[in-house]
Amino acid sequence: MNVHPAEDAYHKWSRDIFDVLSDAKVRQVPYVPDGGHARLIELVDAHSAMRAIPLTTEEEGVALAAGAWLGGERAAVLLQSSGVGNCINMLSLIKICKFPLLMLVTMRGEWGEFNAWQVPMGSATADALGLMGVHVVRATAAEEVRQVVSNAALMAFQGGSAVSVLLSQRLIGAKAFLN
Amino acid sequence: MLERRNVVSALLGTRGEMAVVTGLGSATYDVAAVGDHPRNFYLWGAMGGAASLALGLAMAQPETPVVAITGDGEMLMAIGTFCTIALQAPPNLSIVVLDNGLYGETGSQKSHTGVSDLAGIAKASGIAMIETVTTSSELDEIAASISLTAGGPRVYVVKVSQEPKPRVLPLREGAHAKARFREAFGLTAD
Repeated sequence: MNVHPAEDAYHKWSRDIFDVLSDAKVRQVPYVPDGGHARLIELVDAHSAMRAIPLTTEEEGVALAAGAWLGGERAAVLLQSSGVGNCINMLSLIKICKFPLLMLVTMRGEWGEFNAWQVPMGSATADALGLMGVHVVRATAAEEVRQVVSNAALMAFQGGSAVSVLLSQRLIGAKAFLN
Repeated sequence: MLERRNVVSALLGTRGEMAVVTGLGSATYDVAAVGDHPRNFYLWGAMGGAASLALGLAMAQPETPVVAITGDGEMLMAIGTFCTIALQAPPNLSIVVLDNGLYGETGSQKSHTGVSDLAGIAKASGIAMIETVTTSSELDEIAASISLTAGGPRVYVVKVSQEPKPRVLPLREGAHAKARFREAFGLTAD
């Protein structure tokens, strides 16, 4: 099967994230699906030591990650920028109890977005996370994804911080949205 | 009519290794009234988070019975979590909803459970073990069931009296509660 170069890059950085999560011994991967996370979710689903956990709304993933940590397991929450808005009050739990948190956020509404309904929350995602005390880092180039996620995982699981990685819409590009 | 404090006392009387997560408001006070325990994790906020937090914990600690004790209002905010639990189906997880039909913390406004059937919703979500509890004769059997690490997930909707109870205020320092809980499982504080 011929793989389009963009798809090849998408598979590569999805694999990079998976490898970082696997090396960090992440066991629970709660998610509300997004096109940009689709490959990563497939990889997690196929891995026997990791559990992909579909959510009905993103704030479930925040509380679930806290519960996992209480029981000695690490979690990474996968969500789209729109879902960050759904998490706001649940992030109180993370802040008040100083839970580590790793959120991987695929961005919408910021780069060639054809759906204007995505723009309000996409524009506010980083600020909203910052207001709730979640540290924000961003990956835009495919080559930097591994390093950015790896350092975010280090801050979360070794440092005990709440960290979100924004995966730029420019990175995800046409693959996820123009198929 | 069942009294909420008697119910929680009966369910936790022989708790053993059980871990207990409480939903904010009266359920937190009810569990505190039975007595503090390092394996209790009390929510004072994060409304709608009790069941999903208990789910993450239950999957991380499959050899421990994990019980979320919450109210009907808190559970209504997380009604989709029944579906999330049904899909993962951890056998060591139980959800106990103390259903008084009221938002007791905020002026006793009526909740939706006068019309909506939480047990029916849980059942339709795909959780196999569901029971609506209205008499004390069932409590001993439920206490035994929620102490198991097999046979779940379970949801018990316990219909309780609307009579308010005195507040019993447990640990509020969240970071300390987290560290204490982890240490009770032999984990590092952080």
